[in-house]
Amino acid sequence: MSDASPERHWTESFAALEARAGEPAWLEAARKAAIARFAELGFPTRRHEEWKYTNAARIAKPRWRPAAEASVTPAALASLGLPLAEGPHLVFVNGRFAPALSSRDGLEPGVTAASIRSMLASEPERLEPHLARTAPFEDRAFAALAAAFATDGAFVSVPSDLALARPLFIVFLAVPGAQPSAAHPRLLVLAERGSRALVVELYAALGDGAQLTNALGEVVVGENASVEHLKLQLEGAGATHLAHFHTRVERDGRFQSHLVSLGAALARHDVVGTLAGAGAACALHGLYVAVDGQHVDNRTTVDHGAPHGTSREHYKGILAGRSHGIFSGKVIVRRDAQKTDAQQKNDNLLLSGEAEVDSKPQLEIEADDVRCSHGSTIGQLDEDALFYLRARGLDPREASGMLTRAFAAQITSAIPSAALRERIEGEVLARVSGAAGRAA
Amino acid sequence: MTRESASERPMLEIRNLHATAGGVPILKGIDLVIRAGEVHAIMGPNGSGKSTLANVLAGKPGYAVTAGEVLFEGRDLTALAPEARAREGIFLAFQYPVEIPGVSNMYFLKQAANAVRAHRGMEELDAMEFLSLAREKMKLVEMSEALMSRAINEGFSGGEKKRNEILQMAVLEPRLAVLDETDSGLDIDALRIVANGVNALRGPARALLVITHYQRLLDFIVPDRVHVLSGGRIVKSGGKELAHELEAKGYGWIEKEAAA
Repeated sequence: MSDASPERHWTESFAALEARAGEPAWLEAARKAAIARFAELGFPTRRHEEWKYTNAARIAKPRWRPAAEASVTPAALASLGLPLAEGPHLVFVNGRFAPALSSRDGLEPGVTAASIRSMLASEPERLEPHLARTAPFEDRAFAALAAAFATDGAFVSVPSDLALARPLFIVFLAVPGAQPSAAHPRLLVLAERGSRALVVELYAALGDGAQLTNALGEVVVGENASVEHLKLQLEGAGATHLAHFHTRVERDGRFQSHLVSLGAALARHDVVGTLAGAGAACALHGLYVAVDGQHVDNRTTVDHGAPHGTSREHYKGILAGRSHGIFSGKVIVRRDAQKTDAQQKNDNLLLSGEAEVDSKPQLEIEADDVRCSHGSTIGQLDEDALFYLRARGLDPREASGMLTRAFAAQITSAIPSAALRERIEGEVLARVSGAAGRAA
Repeated sequence: MTRESASERPMLEIRNLHATAGGVPILKGIDLVIRAGEVHAIMGPNGSGKSTLANVLAGKPGYAVTAGEVLFEGRDLTALAPEARAREGIFLAFQYPVEIPGVSNMYFLKQAANAVRAHRGMEELDAMEFLSLAREKMKLVEMSEALMSRAINEGFSGGEKKRNEILQMAVLEPRLAVLDETDSGLDIDALRIVANGVNALRGPARALLVITHYQRLLDFIVPDRVHVLSGGRIVKSGGKELAHELEAKGYGWIEKEAAA
């Protein structure tokens, strides 16, 4: 093993990245710019304000190898219990498109849902204006790495005035190997003027080996279009999950995100919503659950750049065992964004005395005629409520499960798929009561 | 473990009970025996220990028995967790029912009913069976379906909360029900509905301990025995006429009599 710096490990891997062969020149240029920027930035340290609570050295240290090609049987996919029958689905395994597991059935004519790799081969001009344009990596080392290394992912384009009748699922499966392996999946969604779509992004792992997902998502919500995005992070104890997700909402467009993070060894979600056109609306809802030694870091930015925008943000965290949860949310209202109406809220439920949470809501307001509010809470289960339930015969575990589920319900009840909602509620309870059982 | 046969054994026996609330001594030697089929009322001024007694019987954390004993059907009650007491058949109708956002009233009641049924060796009810049971009991307290589909007590009026307590009691079919100031905050119509619900549940196998500040409730739920609690002890006991005497004369004379 070389004693090179962790950064060198990545720059050397980049030189060896074979998948780049035959790609358009503009993409190669973008990759080179990204790896160059990464080399300049280096991995963040605790001295970086943005990384105060998450030790990036934990991510930088392992010698991640590109995730190897792996095959997954339909039965193995089915074992994950994802409700893929509800709609068309694109499945990726270790960052590569898996056509045999995917289905476009039920997709409206005119809608594109394809692998980025195949699009680069057939119609690269449709990607060029957007790919790596919405998500900036100037100040984000891991986003720069994703932009340099991503070789595949999902491209979704919904034409003007068309509404998808069913949810479109994008599934990123990790099959960990013996060595720590990394994949950099990418998602690009273009919702043209007046269109409507529900995109469900699912991250799951088959196995608990060490695995890094470093995802880069970009969504462009056109004028008067409406995009709902549900992300469910379900990878297991061996996962390091980093995701950079950027949305730009044009005039009178609406974007609604539901982000459900059910715990990796380390997860960091960096979500940016830019309200670029007048009257744009953006709602970010999040639920993060961490148990035992898990670490989950949520970083959100809502950037109001145009007048009459509305944003609603509500993140809720459930922390058990010796876990650590972080919420750091910024709402920026720029000088031109008059009549902005922004609300931001973060609530945390601590289920153990050893769990830790850091909550940092922030407002940066440059305009003068705006309505903005923010707040955060950190609390425990209500003792009186627990006693009330126990006094009716429920054991403490069931009572606390009921209250925990109720805490999550503000987020889960809005999840636009009954099957996924039930799945998520079940996973939350299983994780939390499993943690309680191990602690007992 | 049982010292008398089931027929003579009291349902509840409290002997020389001393208890603290949050570390402060409140109950200072209570003796009380309640038999199946009986309705006892506990009256007393504010701060006399009425609610502490209710909470001690239900096992609320923060309340500690420091001396004496509480036997429920001959068994030491104080050793049991709150849920175990509920399953054994003790029910506390709360003075201030807790609002629990996000938990459906109907779902909660079904889970509670099945927990109690499982303990009693009865089959659990499925959703449909439970619904028909709940509907039958809802009539007792004139409870609407709309309230059942809402979160537990969330946004309920005072009367709705108390009716919900009695509904829970009707579904869980306890052997000993403790009603902690169930009349507080109720107008006369709500009081009548609640009392009718309670009276419908009276029976030879069930005992009631009705805690109240006012005699008004006892016009509707007529007790067999009335006890006056003052300074953490029962200072006077009598028949139902004692409640009227208290209403007419206030608590002052009893406290003076007790002090003498």
